[in-house]
Amino acid sequence: MNVAKLNPVEHSSEALPADLASLDAWLDQRLDEKLAQREAAKIPSLAIVATKGTMDMAYPPLILASTATALGWNASIFFTFYGLELLKKDLSLKVSPLGNPAMPMKMPFGPEWLKCINLPIPNVLAGNLPGFESFATSMMNQTLKSKGVASIKELRDICIESEVRMVACQMTVDLFNYRQDEFIPEIAEWIGATSYLAEARKADVCLFI
Amino acid sequence: MQTNQVLDARGLNCPLPILRTKKALNALQSGETVKVVSTDPGSVKDMTSFCEQTGNRLLSSQQAGSDYEFVIRKT
Repeated sequence: MNVAKLNPVEHSSEALPADLASLDAWLDQRLDEKLAQREAAKIPSLAIVATKGTMDMAYPPLILASTATALGWNASIFFTFYGLELLKKDLSLKVSPLGNPAMPMKMPFGPEWLKCINLPIPNVLAGNLPGFESFATSMMNQTLKSKGVASIKELRDICIESEVRMVACQMTVDLFNYRQDEFIPEIAEWIGATSYLAEARKADVCLFI
Repeated sequence: MQTNQVLDARGLNCPLPILRTKKALNALQSGETVKVVSTDPGSVKDMTSFCEQTGNRLLSSQQAGSDYEFVIRKT
C-alpha cells in the first residue's frame, strides 16, 4: 500500500511518520485523544418511554428524568398509552394490587414492628375486593408521605422546572378520545413514534417503562 | 465549617436531597460552598456520585447522629 496516499495533509508543517506501522500507531493515539475530548465535552442524554399510568409506575420515569437533569444531562420523556395519565392536569393516579403480586401490603402507621409486617392478603382477594384499590392507594400515599418521598405532582413540577422535555403521543389522545386541554400546558410537543425514535436514537440512555 | 448556605434536606428521600442540592448550587457563585444535611442513608453514595458527575467538589461527607452532613463547593 502506498503510504503517501493515506496522508491527506502533505502540506501540513507537522511531519507525519513515514512508515505504515508508525503512522498506524500515531493515528490510534490521535483518535484516542480526539475521542476522549469529544467524550468529555458531550452532554449525556436520557430518553424514556413512559407507558404506565398507575402511581407506582409513575415514579421511575419522573425520578430518573429529574435526577438526570440534576446531573446536567438532557432528559426527555415520551408519554404514551396510559403514561399520558401522568400529564393530566388533574392527577388521580392509583395503585392497584391486581396483577401486581410483588406489591407489599404494609401498614403506613402504627408501631415499627407492625409497619414491617407484610400483611398476608392473597392477591386474588386484594385485586378483586371492591374498594380495595382506593384503600391501597390511600395506604401508599400515607407511606410515601411518612417516608419523605416526593408526590407525583411534586416530581412532575420538578421535571417541568428543570426542563425535562415532556412529549406526548398524539395517537393515544385520538385513541382514547382525550382532549388536549385535559393535559398540562408544559407538554413540549404532541408527536408520534417516528419523531420520538429520531430523538431516542441519539440518546445515551434509553428506557422503556 | 463555615459555608455560604445551609440546606436542610432532613426527612426527604431519594431523589429529593440531590434535586434540592442541585437547586441550591444553582444559586451559588463558583467557589462558594453549601452544607447539606440529610437523613436519607442513600444520599451518602448519591452525593458522591452527583459531585463526581457534575464536577463539583465534595469537601466533606460525615455522619452526625442520624444526620448525614455534606459540604460541597461549586466549581
